Amino acid sequence: MSEIVSKHTVSVLVDNEPGVLARVIGLISGRGYNIDSLTVAEVDAEKHISRITIVAPGTEQTVNKMISQLQRIVPVKRAANVTFEKQGIEREMALVKIVSTGEKRVESMRLSDVFRARVIDTTHDSFVFELNGSPRKIDAFIDLMKPLGLSEVSRTGVVAIARGTEKM
Amino acid sequence: MVNIQMTGAQMVLKAFEDHQVDTIFGYPGGAVLPIYDELAKERDTNQPIRHYLVRHEQGASHSAEGYARSSGKVGVMLVTSGPGVTNSVTGLTDAMMDSIPIVCISGQVPTHLIGTDAFQECDAVGITRPCTKHNWLVKDINDLSRILHEAFYVASSGRPGPVLVDIPKDIQFQTGTYIGPETVKHKSYRPKLKANIDQIDDALKLIAEAEKPIFYTGGGVINSGNAAVQLLREFVRLTGFPITSTLQGLGAYPGDDSQFIGMLGMHGTYEANMAMNECDLMINIGARFDDRITGKIDDFSPNSKKIHIDIDPSSINKIVKVDVPLIGDVAHVLEDSIKLWKSKVYKINKTPLKEWWKTIDKWKEKDSLKFASDKNTIKPQYAIQRLYELTKEKDVFVTTEVGQHQMWAAQYYKFSNPNRWITSGGLGTMGFGLPAAIGAQVAHPDKLVIDIAGEASILMCIQEMSTAIQHKLPVKIFIINNQYMGMVRQWQELLHDKRYSHSYTDALPDFVKLAEAYGAKGIRVQKPNELDKAINEMIEYDGPVIFDCVVEQNENVYPMIPSGKAHNEMLLGDETKKEEISDEGKVLV
Repeated sequence: MSEIVSKHTVSVLVDNEPGVLARVIGLISGRGYNIDSLTVAEVDAEKHISRITIVAPGTEQTVNKMISQLQRIVPVKRAANVTFEKQGIEREMALVKIVSTGEKRVESMRLSDVFRARVIDTTHDSFVFELNGSPRKIDAFIDLMKPLGLSEVSRTGVVAIARGTEKM
Repeated sequence: MVNIQMTGAQMVLKAFEDHQVDTIFGYPGGAVLPIYDELAKERDTNQPIRHYLVRHEQGASHSAEGYARSSGKVGVMLVTSGPGVTNSVTGLTDAMMDSIPIVCISGQVPTHLIGTDAFQECDAVGITRPCTKHNWLVKDINDLSRILHEAFYVASSGRPGPVLVDIPKDIQFQTGTYIGPETVKHKSYRPKLKANIDQIDDALKLIAEAEKPIFYTGGGVINSGNAAVQLLREFVRLTGFPITSTLQGLGAYPGDDSQFIGMLGMHGTYEANMAMNECDLMINIGARFDDRITGKIDDFSPNSKKIHIDIDPSSINKIVKVDVPLIGDVAHVLEDSIKLWKSKVYKINKTPLKEWWKTIDKWKEKDSLKFASDKNTIKPQYAIQRLYELTKEKDVFVTTEVGQHQMWAAQYYKFSNPNRWITSGGLGTMGFGLPAAIGAQVAHPDKLVIDIAGEASILMCIQEMSTAIQHKLPVKIFIINNQYMGMVRQWQELLHDKRYSHSYTDALPDFVKLAEAYGAKGIRVQKPNELDKAINEMIEYDGPVIFDCVVEQNENVYPMIPSGKAHNEMLLGDETKKEEISDEGKVLV
């Protein structure tokens, strides 16, 4: 199996009951795996099912082991590797605050247009941009904003889903 | 009668009744007093719940395990909040590792005090989350009965395991509606019992083609129940294949049968490990490719196809990639396999199988369990051999502690039935054997129950002697006394140039006097020629016995696969040339 460490996106469907997130996170941290990002929300209000999306670095082997362990948790219905390179679609949202004036302020506005970011708050000295897209696109935007007065970033973490007719 | 009003404490007892629980192990305390009060009120009824008062909550957890492991039923324990729960953690983890169904009811401080660092408060569900299969904190009296029923269901279905229900004291006093177990269905947990029939057929084709096959069976067979054991025996005899077993699986197939080639793994027989290494088909039934079994994983059975029957999907391909996974309950899968085998008129590959047996018989000639006897000192292996010979006509339940004596017991005591061998395999818990023996004796009051112990391990839960005396449980404690933590000493000899760092016990108690202090019988033996008479005396005594068997101090457990080595790199005894163990091997445990 591949020994290469890369980022893996794991989707976990769980019964939305007290402590379920602690079970999932506790297992991951307790076994020494790292987490890059984590999102969670109820996706079926009738059946009370939540979807947790975890981005974790690791070899394919360690991530498979992690998924095996996750499947042993009683309220976990399914866990799967939905990594982008394979078959998944990944999206993330970010709020990015820029504090600058003059030429830098104009340039940040111009670049935000290229990235199709929306301005959702502004003063004479600042913007808050809302940006959707793949994590890479958001990384790139943040990099470009650094010299232009980047002040603060808030990211949702990745949500992912399989392409086509495939269902988790 | 389905929905009735009662207090939380009454609900706990009602749920016990509804789940046919007649025995619990526990220790009272402030946060479980309402439940204990109900036990007292119930004492005068026709069928009161038998409560066994332990001397430490770790004892309660291992006793519940001993009860469960020896009877196949769910073990139930009742402890108080705070230290009551934390003391139970070792036993819960032990049950988790070995897949033993336990329901632990713990008291909790009243709901309005949770989170205030109240007296004897601890985050019970937080602490036990990683060491239970599932756990619950009950915050509403009307959830209690449902949760209790779910707890029994989760503990005993699928891959069994321990669960904990944490009940705040105010909930125990409150009155609410009790709903019966027949109306409760778990929201989502439905383990798959039957395997895919096409995959079973794929497995049978491999079995029919195999030239060098082996059955490798584990605790999953025993957990699946008696039907699984009978079907396994039928299937193994039908094929004529050799069979080996893990530590947990001993007894599923008769230990004295000619097709059984001994336990495998780190201290397994030469023939079992060589056969695992050279087979062309491995049929894993209810085992999990534990590191004690596989040795060096890269060199594990390099040329075999592998079939893996397991009820837990997460066990499949976790450590070893298999060719045919059969996810389901062992009994169901074996029943379907035998039916399909017969209906499709599959035949085994007889000629190569004969050759395979010849090879195995050659390996057997090495006699890897041989040891040099001594006239003056008792060899530990000899002690267990004699214990086996003098008790084998009886239906004996054997528990162990952890260490050298445990491995010798596994090697020299032969089991012909399941649930007779009760040992802490996964967690390796010293102190397990005595409370587990108490649990087994409670489940089987008229049977002979022996804890094969080491002098170091036994001291870890020795307080349970008091439990045995109080409840008139005639458990026999057979101590293989070499004054060392023998397995630690053995590893220090092999890996750390004989620097015996803190593995010698300098101030052991006089075990005979210790037995007498508790009100039990004490026996000490130091000479081989006195052994038989003393063992008979132990068996015949009606009450608990501590048997102090003083043995050769420097004996090691062989054969042994050293850390980081493969199955075909076994050490057969002290005389075999010892190769340096690599640094990589040294870090393994």
